[in-house]
Amino acid sequence: MKPRHRRMIWIAAGLGALGVATALVLNAFQSNLVFFYTPTQIANGEIPKSKSFRIGGMVEDKSLQRIPNSVGVTFVVTDSAKSVPVRFDGILPDLFKEGRGVVALGHLGADGNFVATDVLAKHDENYMPPEAAEAMRLAGKPIGAPAQFQQAPSAK
Amino acid sequence: MNWFKYSSPASFYPLAGKLRPWFLGAATILLPLSLYQGFFVAPTDAQQGESYRILFIHVATSMLSMFLYLIMAAWCAFGLVFNTRLSAMMAQAIAPTGAWFTLISLISGSLWGKPTWGTYWVWDARITSELILLFLYLGFIALTQAIDDVRRADRAGALLALVGVINVPIIYFSVRWWNTLHQGASITVTGAPKMAQAMLLALLFMTLACWAYAFATAMQRVRCIILEREGDSGWVADLKRQGAL
Repeated sequence: MKPRHRRMIWIAAGLGALGVATALVLNAFQSNLVFFYTPTQIANGEIPKSKSFRIGGMVEDKSLQRIPNSVGVTFVVTDSAKSVPVRFDGILPDLFKEGRGVVALGHLGADGNFVATDVLAKHDENYMPPEAAEAMRLAGKPIGAPAQFQQAPSAK
Repeated sequence: MNWFKYSSPASFYPLAGKLRPWFLGAATILLPLSLYQGFFVAPTDAQQGESYRILFIHVATSMLSMFLYLIMAAWCAFGLVFNTRLSAMMAQAIAPTGAWFTLISLISGSLWGKPTWGTYWVWDARITSELILLFLYLGFIALTQAIDDVRRADRAGALLALVGVINVPIIYFSVRWWNTLHQGASITVTGAPKMAQAMLLALLFMTLACWAYAFATAMQRVRCIILEREGDSGWVADLKRQGAL
């Protein structure tokens, strides 16, 4: 075996070991790498206790309601399996819309309602002119909601 | 043709000089073409209106930031295994361009995030891992510059670059492995692009422009590095005598 072959094997083995180590670390920190929790995870109690966290999902159709005489709104966040009602006093981002993705920071109230302090819009990865989007909507496949919320998540 | 001939700095130097204007020319033509396609031909997006147009520069530079790191790490591995001098020089010539593309990707993404998501910055897996990529580039540059002995600097830098390569798949797959605010990939190897054709064309032109620019700057930089390191050798003295320097 020539020295360069030995070096090649060492580097390949080193990278392989590093890959395995990283995979193990990422697996161990899985729950810390999650930016938001889905309504299903909240229903299963997989949320951090007594701490604010983010909820992510799709704004349910026809669920957005303005609270009279205030800037507050209520809406329902769903992942097609479970839903969580959300209340928010503040200004919604421009892309916030029913049927679109949303990520809200806040905490879960005792009544099961999520009280948000910050709301962000999560858009999907489809880009098309308005006419094409209209055609999709008429065909019964409206765009806008990230695909992960459009079908009920499989039970883990 | 014997490709190994070009692993010697003395023969790569003139080749890099010959290639550079071609890449620079291609970048000069492709950049306005992609800007025209992106601003005037590509249609308005149904959801985001005009703000989506940042994606042409954002996606192109993000893609390049990852590809350039892989190429840099490949040169480093090649240098460690075969002890070729040119490999480390190529890695150091690529690093600054990669760092710039990473920075442009982060800034353009931040400017895109405000009108769409409603925030400039969040610490989700995609954005954080891309920031780590910037630190890896800067760390590689700093480490190789900090060590005076060239061969030691090359080896230390190569090790750092190779350890950091694990970050590239993490960036790419972060949007699939974890819940992120960042959307998934519009263009994948397996699926059809989730983007209108005219938009895709603008992105393609921009990506090619970035590739051409990256090659042009790498060629220019590697020529400087070769001259710095081989300044005492005979062929550089010959070039000086001919008045080519």
